[in-house]
Amino acid sequence: MTGLEFSLALFLLANLVVALLAAARGPTAADRMLVALLFGSTGVGILALLGHAGVGHALVDVALVLALLAAITGIAFARRAWHAPQKPHEKETP
Amino acid sequence: MIEIASSVLLYSGAFFVFAGTVGLLRFPDVYSRLHALAKADNLGLGCVLLGLALQSESLAAALKLLLIWPLALAASAAVSYAIARRADALGIPPWREDQ
Repeated sequence: MTGLEFSLALFLLANLVVALLAAARGPTAADRMLVALLFGSTGVGILALLGHAGVGHALVDVALVLALLAAITGIAFARRAWHAPQKPHEKETP
Repeated sequence: MIEIASSVLLYSGAFFVFAGTVGLLRFPDVYSRLHALAKADNLGLGCVLLGLALQSESLAAALKLLLIWPLALAASAAVSYAIARRADALGIPPWREDQ
């Protein structure tokens, strides 16, 4: 079964890399933040798959910490860090 | 039997994560992208974790894997609410079909 788990982890990693295109495209800061949140949830899946495939069960603990940190990052971004520098519909046509 | 169920759950989890990524790339505004991320991606994560928990050797390990999912669900609900509310407060207009 470990072959299946490693290949699925690779597939999830490819998903993350493709999602970086969305971060590059924007247009608002929240769209870039969404990719960071995607790294949170998909990264938890990758770590759990790797931890189960024999790398070590400590990776499940790492996955728990990553899920918590993604939540805190998202809340801190929305409440503290996201200010509009200009109107968003002017931002799309610079 | 358990191995087949676990494989099916793992594959469907990968499919849902893929659907979430496609939604993140294709949807037109930040609200619908939040929708893709918060639902499809967390369902994929839940399927992967459930599939792994079916294979694990002890009950404690399975429960630990399944504990991650409610944490991710609650976190994504809170974060999606905060981001959508902030986007609305900043005046980002929702996408409409006639635009």
